[in-house]
Amino acid sequence: MDFANVKEVTYRVRRFDPDKDRAPHWEEYRIPYAPGMTVLDGLWLVKELHAPTLAWRSSCRMGVCGSCGMLINGSPRLGCNTQICELETTTVAVGPLPNFNIIKDLVPDLMPMLETHRQLLPFIVRDDHEEMEKPSGEFWQSPEELEHYLQFSYCIKCGCCMAACPTCATDPVYSGPMPLAQAHRYNSDSRDNGFTHRRQVLEGERGPWRCHFAGECSRVCPKGVDPAKAIQLMKRELVADYFKLREQRCPARLAETPKGVARREGIPEAPAPTVR
Amino acid sequence: MLTAKGYPNRLGVGGWLGGGRWGMERYLYTLHRLTGLGLIFYFLLHILVTSARAFGEAAWVASMGRVTGPLFTVGEYLVFLAFAFHAANGLRLAFIELGWGVGKPFEPVYPYKTSVDFQRPLAIVALLLAALLAAAGTLDFFVLHKGVTP
Ligand code: SF4
Ligand code: SF4
Ligand code: FES
Repeated sequence: MDFANVKEVTYRVRRFDPDKDRAPHWEEYRIPYAPGMTVLDGLWLVKELHAPTLAWRSSCRMGVCGSCGMLINGSPRLGCNTQICELETTTVAVGPLPNFNIIKDLVPDLMPMLETHRQLLPFIVRDDHEEMEKPSGEFWQSPEELEHYLQFSYCIKCGCCMAACPTCATDPVYSGPMPLAQAHRYNSDSRDNGFTHRRQVLEGERGPWRCHFAGECSRVCPKGVDPAKAIQLMKRELVADYFKLREQRCPARLAETPKGVARREGIPEAPAPTVR
Repeated sequence: MLTAKGYPNRLGVGGWLGGGRWGMERYLYTLHRLTGLGLIFYFLLHILVTSARAFGEAAWVASMGRVTGPLFTVGEYLVFLAFAFHAANGLRLAFIELGWGVGKPFEPVYPYKTSVDFQRPLAIVALLLAALLAAAGTLDFFVLHKGVTP
């Protein structure tokens, strides 16, 4: 569709006010269109011109904070990351992310997802508590080891994958792609030693075995995290672990400061550490 | 788990069909679930019908007599088709769940190429395999053993 002559677009917004409404309903607003407008920009105009009480979450408006996940013309996407012209229509239907309860208008209740995320220990787990509390240096990690988890670490917890997942659509127990991909992100980090702790959740019915690779999570993910891949690789790890074939590794050791080497000329000293 | 507040917005069974960007694997997912449910239903029916043998020959003959006729032939044929798909797609899933065919983790660069794209050949092979099984079944049902009631 050619957007060169488009001056106005129609927003259909799914609205719900918990104090007044018994169920969500659609409302329509017409707003002026300017080239380069994102779906999020349009929402601000709707709020300014027609619906001052309209509620949604957004913050960074550049696809980094993960606040503005919403259902845009049937697809879970980031409002700030979606140009109106790429929708190929002048009607923009915006609803809250499905598979989460609606708090108000476009605001989903992400807490169940974040709570599961928390239970899967999304941080480096190690036994050397002393070093973890009072770090004396960096842990050693090769670029190849970094590659094992880097892709999954780009997740911004927007919840789009959860809204697209057909298993999440019928199964409130399933952890869902976001928390599972993050569990795998830490399981596959060479500095981490928390697999046995996370396994307690992952082995059960909340774990990855409810995923049958519909792949929707990976298709909608705005950051290219590919949670479906993380989940399948996690299944492989669980199977290997079950048959006692999982590679036992010691979590990465501390990197030693190289001794007996001189700084090359022209390379400045590192700034003093800001945290002690 | 935390109890969620607010208006429930889970998609339900409708979510098996829509809600995302409608990839081919989503249809396979839905079909896998539906055929799985169908096969379980058939299995229960099968146990129920054949368990009549425990009550003597007359009960067995009567029970078998109830499941003949063109409706049941077509039904059995559908069960076979469901089996053909569920088996072939199940092999694909087992493969993928062992981490094969989904690619290695790498730095994502837009436009993203996902594990779904990497495993696409597997999906096509699974469909071809299902079609092959289905064709053999069709031949058996309607040409080779035409009119033979079990
Ligand atoms: S995996 Fe992707 S879609 Fe899911 S929460 Fe993370 S960034 Fe969002
Ligand atoms: S691949 Fe698994 S987690 Fe992702 S959408 Fe499909 S069923 Fe859900
Ligand atoms: S506003 Fe931050 S991701 Fe859209």
